[in-house]
Amino acid sequence: MENVTLKINGMEVSAPKGSTILEAARLAHIEIPTLCFLKEINEIGACRICVVEVKGARSLVASCVYPVAEGMEVWTNTPKVLDSRKKTLQLLLSNHDRKCLSCVRSGNCELQQLAKELGVEDESYYDGDKTPSCIDDSAAHMLRDNSKCILCRRCVAVCENVQGIGVIGANERGFHTNIGSAFEMGLGETSCVSCGQCIAVCPTGALTEKSCIDDVLAAIHDPSKHVIVQTAPAVRAGLGEEFGYPIGTDVEGKMAAALRRIGFDKVFDTDFSADLTIMEEAHEFIHRVQNNGVLPLITSCSPGWVKYCEHYFPDMTENLSSCKSPQQMFGAIAKSYYAEKAGIDPKDIVSVSVMPCTAKKFEIGRADEDGAGYPDVDYSMTTRELARMIKKVGLKFRELPEEKFDEPLGLATGAGVIFGATGGVMEAALRTAVETLTGEELADVDFVDVRGTEGIKEATYKVAGMDVKVAVASGLGNARKLLNMVKNGEADYHFIEIMGCPGGCVNGGGQPQQPGHVRNTEDIRALRAKVLYDLDKSNPIRKSHENPAIKELYATYLGEPGSKKAHHLLHTTYVKRSVN
Amino acid sequence: MYRSHVLVCGGTGCTSSGSPQIIERLNDEIVKQGLQDEVAVIQTGCHGLCALGPIMIVYPDASFYSMVKVEDIPEIVSEHLLKGRVVTRLLYDETVTSGGVKALIDTDFYKKQHRVALRNCGVINPEVIDEYIGTGGYEALGKVLTEMTPDDVIQILLDSGLRGRGGGGFPTGLKWKLAKQNDADQKYVCCNADEGDPGAFMDRSVLEGDPHVVLEAMAIAGYAIGANQGYIYVRAEYPIAVDRLKIAIEQAREYNLLGKDIFGTGFDFDIDLRLGAGAFVCGEETALMTSIEGKRGEPRPRPPFPAQKGLFGKPTILNNVETYANIPQIILNGAEWFASMGTEKSKGTKVFALGGKIHNTGLVEIPMGTTLREVIEEIGGGIPNGKKFKAAQTGGPSGGCIPAEHFDIPIDYDNLISIGSMMGSGGLIVMDEDDCMVDIAKFFLEFTVEESCGKCTPCRVGTRRMLEILTKITKGQATMEDLDKLEELCYYIKNNSLCGLGQTAPNPVLSTLRYFRDEYEAHIKEKRCPAGVCKSLLSYVIDRDKCRGCTLCARNCPAGAIIGSVKNPHIIDAEKCVKCGACMEKCKFGAIVKK
Repeated sequence: MENVTLKINGMEVSAPKGSTILEAARLAHIEIPTLCFLKEINEIGACRICVVEVKGARSLVASCVYPVAEGMEVWTNTPKVLDSRKKTLQLLLSNHDRKCLSCVRSGNCELQQLAKELGVEDESYYDGDKTPSCIDDSAAHMLRDNSKCILCRRCVAVCENVQGIGVIGANERGFHTNIGSAFEMGLGETSCVSCGQCIAVCPTGALTEKSCIDDVLAAIHDPSKHVIVQTAPAVRAGLGEEFGYPIGTDVEGKMAAALRRIGFDKVFDTDFSADLTIMEEAHEFIHRVQNNGVLPLITSCSPGWVKYCEHYFPDMTENLSSCKSPQQMFGAIAKSYYAEKAGIDPKDIVSVSVMPCTAKKFEIGRADEDGAGYPDVDYSMTTRELARMIKKVGLKFRELPEEKFDEPLGLATGAGVIFGATGGVMEAALRTAVETLTGEELADVDFVDVRGTEGIKEATYKVAGMDVKVAVASGLGNARKLLNMVKNGEADYHFIEIMGCPGGCVNGGGQPQQPGHVRNTEDIRALRAKVLYDLDKSNPIRKSHENPAIKELYATYLGEPGSKKAHHLLHTTYVKRSVN
Repeated sequence: MYRSHVLVCGGTGCTSSGSPQIIERLNDEIVKQGLQDEVAVIQTGCHGLCALGPIMIVYPDASFYSMVKVEDIPEIVSEHLLKGRVVTRLLYDETVTSGGVKALIDTDFYKKQHRVALRNCGVINPEVIDEYIGTGGYEALGKVLTEMTPDDVIQILLDSGLRGRGGGGFPTGLKWKLAKQNDADQKYVCCNADEGDPGAFMDRSVLEGDPHVVLEAMAIAGYAIGANQGYIYVRAEYPIAVDRLKIAIEQAREYNLLGKDIFGTGFDFDIDLRLGAGAFVCGEETALMTSIEGKRGEPRPRPPFPAQKGLFGKPTILNNVETYANIPQIILNGAEWFASMGTEKSKGTKVFALGGKIHNTGLVEIPMGTTLREVIEEIGGGIPNGKKFKAAQTGGPSGGCIPAEHFDIPIDYDNLISIGSMMGSGGLIVMDEDDCMVDIAKFFLEFTVEESCGKCTPCRVGTRRMLEILTKITKGQATMEDLDKLEELCYYIKNNSLCGLGQTAPNPVLSTLRYFRDEYEAHIKEKRCPAGVCKSLLSYVIDRDKCRGCTLCARNCPAGAIIGSVKNPHIIDAEKCVKCGACMEKCKFGAIVKK
């Protein structure tokens, strides 16, 4: 890579040609503040927080998008620069609701953090009219409160450029500019898939999930209710960040301890129903292969992906696995098998899930998700909500002991836990499908070709004399590419795993929010995924069909995978939706 | 062959003052008199003297009829066209002298003008390609394609010193050179016809009066940089220009002056129109290209510059209509010819749209270096009603006000910038003693606030805060601290905005602060508007000694704010008064005064 030499604040810096001033400054150990900038996603130079002085330039320039050049002279810390950044921030604050005390992002808000760092001593300096706004609560999973929006457009960019959906954008112009959907539609009326990536990148409290913390706490304190909770694999890999742990810290044990202390009657694990999903889905795959069924079979664990398929590829819903997602399978089993076993009337069971996901909030309200005659899941919370709940009830998370999940729905294999990373479902399914098809034990259970944070991965495995072609996509922009290849006959996969969020659930829309400068410099997806692969590795049981609790469930209750009862409880149907 | 040609202006100004009806009546009368084989009626583009529209010129004697009414037509046809007797009564009075009729070119309005870009406007029928060809049209393209290399073309432009007429003044030849240097499988030539400054209509007039000149110049540009596709981004609010461009493109394709293998040289070039929906920011080059791409018209950061990565990510040049209109003439007459006009660093001519407090509202083309005094007093005919000149505003919402002390400054790019204004695309608005400079600054800022795209913070929020402060000043509610804050915001917004719109938005405020700070201070400290414009600071009072109690004012007051009985002095209730001025207008005794 060719380098150029420039001067930053009088010091010589060598930086790769084509890099930005922001990147070059980082090489010189200078962190220029940013707000709208998301690397490769939102490079629009709009907020003007990152301005610097460049010798010869007519005005200050946005360092996030300004390329370095040989001999360039840059100043990042002159009074003019610092004063400009402060004024930009004060102008943003003058049109911001500034209700920090009641904002869920307080303490984790990039605007608030910058105000502190840039020394804004008078946040009302430029106060004047505010852009009229209202709250959009039309979607099942989230709220938009534009009185907190700073128009950085990170949400717009992630929706359009990463997910390839583009249901939000700028409306009106000038001071009246606001982010919303076309033709003043509420988000709930659009073909938004509820992935929540917009919330994950929002620097302020403008975008938040619809919270069910109070409802869940009320249920817990209702003596007539038996409140159970399940936690998705990726939650344990992200939750710690809310309590000051480095990205990629496993907090499974403390999480179980916290849930128990919050007062849940049983603390279970979605990893268990991930194993169950593998049993059903591997069976479905084998059945389709052997009976000329619709192929490729595509996974259905990710409700954002499922909704995307229904809106944007409605002619491919036949390819979706009829298996419910692990969240829903868990709920259906909890209100049937577990209820029976524990002797509890399912109407008294409140089924709560903690998910790295916002689309799960939409999923619990879907049709045909009530296997036992009651909604499979009553409340679905995000990882972030769980963190808030832990803080609300006053638990000192870091001091909690490590505890285990409750039995029987808390027992899981290594195959279940890797569901939270892109390629994990595929790998888990292969472990079971290959052994089922060949009848032989796998020598190596690691299917490394389908691991990693790449957007699209492919592999071919020889199984029982047949070449099984598989593909894995994460992020809906990648999903679209892959599906178009399938539709155009450019690819003939047998089995595809698709996760709505880039990198899979570890990077889900319900996971802790990391500020832009962290997202731009660290691979959050890989760090969190490592937690799950380590847990898999250390688990003595690494194949779903060897989970003793699953074996017992089939032996005593469901019969065989794909049985009538299993179908009734664990499978669902899809609808064709339009794009708007 | 016709013995007489009647040219009727079909520009937007004359069209709205009734030229289509005049053409219709002319044709009827001509048939009625049996002159249809002797007299031809031609609809042309703008002549410039829009204030006197509808305009009609009868050739061969070049009699210039102004403010023609449909009822005048039978007389003109029977007297002038049939009997050869000029209807002096209806001529433009400047052309009528005691010694007879003066040539139009000798009138004050025209004699200092020099028409290069507007060469054909008002002369040819813009809807007939043969008329353009008849005046040397497409000769430059032929010359370029058959006798010159792309580098020759660029060199001639560099030597001519032509600078962009859209406002920035970037050397056109250099722009082309940079685009040529970048290799790509596809390049584009774009024309910025998204003229948006309030009161400016230079580009509209070129497009309406001489559309082929733009097509020809774009084809030349295509040859020079290696592009075979052009786009003209034109405002949908210019329907006549759009129609004429469509006709021109169609005709040029028919004559194979656009399309494949032009002049048999193997050079392909075609042009498509893209209609802008009226956002001012789409005149900014990157926003314009973003809009052509089908996205929300918003600017993007530079670099990369359009010459590197422009439309659809390909090397692109974007020039303004007037810039293009100069190019065929430069090719044909040479760089020296063009460079002989103008000042050291600003060559050629510039078209201005004169407006505001001036006699001859309209379009003028003057050599660079002409003084403001010449433009206003001589060409423009001075300020009406004996009022005193206060300032001239150039550069539209991005420009500034030039006070009387700079009345003799030669107009060129660098001089205007040095006195805090800018050339802009050529709007020139004249203000007299009755104009409040704070109000003027507020007017332009209101425009920018309305037209900000909302992408970057300084422009979106900052200009709005400026406007709020200006509003406070005009209402007499501001403090001197507010004035400091306003000035501070001006410099901040100039330094921090993403695109030219924001970077120049504070200019009207900065230039009025520079030359008319006392007016700002009068509003703030004395709660007084010296020009008597800012309503909140005025009151209407009846002079008891002069009032005869005729009750006319009370009867005309829309707010019922005037009390008094017949034959007794009246009083205005300041609480109810809406300051419309109707009473003062009606009073026959001069008893009502504005304070």
